[in-house]
Amino acid sequence: MRRREILAGATLLVAARPALAQFDPRLPAGTREIARMGALPGKRQLIELTDRPPNFETPLDAFRTPITPNDRFFVRYHLALIPEMDELRDWRVAIGGPGAERSVTLSLADLQRIAAPVTVTAVCQCSGNRRGLFQPHVPGVEWGIGAMGNARWTGVRLRDVLARAGVKSDTIEVAFDGADGPIVPETPDFVKSIPVARAMHPDTLLAWEMNGQPLPHFNGFPLRVVVPGWTATYWMKHVNRIELRTAPEENFWMKAAYRVPRGLFPTDMDFPTQMTQANEPITQIMVNSLVTNLQDGARVPAGGFDIEGIAWDGGHGIRSVEVSTDRGETWQRARLGQDLGVYAFRPWTMRVQSGRAGPVQAMVRATSNAGQVQAARLVPNPAGYHHNVIQTLEVIAS
Amino acid sequence: MRSIVIAGVLAAPLLSAMAAEPELRPGPGREQVQANCGACHTLAYIPMNSPFLNEAQWTAEVNKMVGVFHAPVPREDIPAIIAYLTAQYGPR
Repeated sequence: MRRREILAGATLLVAARPALAQFDPRLPAGTREIARMGALPGKRQLIELTDRPPNFETPLDAFRTPITPNDRFFVRYHLALIPEMDELRDWRVAIGGPGAERSVTLSLADLQRIAAPVTVTAVCQCSGNRRGLFQPHVPGVEWGIGAMGNARWTGVRLRDVLARAGVKSDTIEVAFDGADGPIVPETPDFVKSIPVARAMHPDTLLAWEMNGQPLPHFNGFPLRVVVPGWTATYWMKHVNRIELRTAPEENFWMKAAYRVPRGLFPTDMDFPTQMTQANEPITQIMVNSLVTNLQDGARVPAGGFDIEGIAWDGGHGIRSVEVSTDRGETWQRARLGQDLGVYAFRPWTMRVQSGRAGPVQAMVRATSNAGQVQAARLVPNPAGYHHNVIQTLEVIAS
Repeated sequence: MRSIVIAGVLAAPLLSAMAAEPELRPGPGREQVQANCGACHTLAYIPMNSPFLNEAQWTAEVNKMVGVFHAPVPREDIPAIIAYLTAQYGPR
C-alpha cells in the first residue's frame, strides 16, 4: 500500500460487517464480530482480523498438509506502509554497522552467487499465535490458531552474507530492518535484533524462496530473515538493512515489546545482551500440537474415527504425540507421519474407538525430543505469548 | 513533518475504494476516536480488543499510541477517547 492510499483509508468509509459464527467461541466477542474471510492480492481466503496494517490468519483446513501453501500462509504487519511489488523489485540490502569491517550493499543476484542455495523446512509462528484464546484476554492482535505456517525456505546462510562485511569480534547483536514503515514518521520503525551466535547459526538464512516460489508479497518479497526455531518476530520481511552491532538494539520493539517474564519459558539460547532483572525477549517456539481434521462439535461414527493433526517445537523435533479419551488418566501414542526435519510440522494420526454414542473428549499432548511437554494449564504472561496448552477436542459420536 | 502528515490525513481525497471500516458504536467521543485512531490503523483494532479492557487498560493503550508511537492526537481529545473506549468497548 502506498502512503496516499493509506491516508485515504482515514477518510472512514463505514460498512457493517456480517457477524460470522464460524470463528472460535473462545475468542473475544468483539474479535468474532469483526473477523471475516478476506483475500489479499496473491492470497486465497484467509481469516481477516485487520486490513490496515494487514493481519490475516490461516484457516484450520490449510493445516491438513504439513507444508502450508504460500497462498494460504498467514500475514502479519505492525506498520501500515508496505511497499508495492514494483517498488520491491530492484532490491538491495545494505550490511554494515560498528561491528562490520566494511559496509557492503548486495543485490539479490549478488546474494544468490555467494553460495549454493540452502533450504530449511521450518515453522514460522507469530509470538502471539493463539493470543485470542488467553483467559483472561490480553490486548493485541487477537489471533486464533492460525498465525503460523510451515514452509521450505530457500536462500543463503546469513553467516555467509555477514562474512562479506566482515564480523568484528566485539559484535554482540545483528539487527534487521525491513522496507515497511509507519504512517507517522516518528513511530518507532520495526527493527529487530538477534544474538550474534544465533546469526552465525548455519540454519539462519536470508531467504528469497518459499516452497520453491519467490516469497509472496505479504510474506516478505523479495527477501526475508529465517530464524528456524524462533518466533516470527525475528523473521524480518523485505529486509533491506542489516547492522552488526556492538551495543544492544534499544528500540521499542526490542526493549518493550516481545518480552516474557525472565526464566518463565525455557530456551536453548539465551539473549544475554537484552536481559533485564524482570524479563527477556521471547526466543524459541514452545512444543505444541493441533488437531486439523476435526473441530469441536463435529459428528463422528461411534464405531471408530481418526484424529489427525500436526505437532512442532523450537528445533528438537517431536518425540511423541499422545491422545487421552479419559480426561488425562491414560494416554495412547499416536502414529507419527513424515519427518520433514526438526523445525517442521510433524503430522500424526490416531484411531479412536469410542464404542458408544454420545460426547467424546480427546486430549492431545506433544512431547519434543528435548522432553518438553505441552502445558496442562495456560502460563499467563502480559503480552499473551507461547500459548501451548494441551488441546481438548469435544466431538459427538453417533 | 508531523504537521504535514496530519494535514495530509485531513486533506486526503478519497482516491480508491479502501476496505470498509467497521462501524463503531454511537456514543460521545466517537468522532474523536475515528479521526485520531483511524489515521494510522483500521478501527477494527478497537472492537477486536473488546469487551475486556477496563478504563485503566484503555488508558494504557491510548498512552502507548501517543507516548510511544507518537500518534498526533490533540491533547484535549484524549479524555473523550478514553471515555468512549471504556463506555462502548469496556467490560460488560
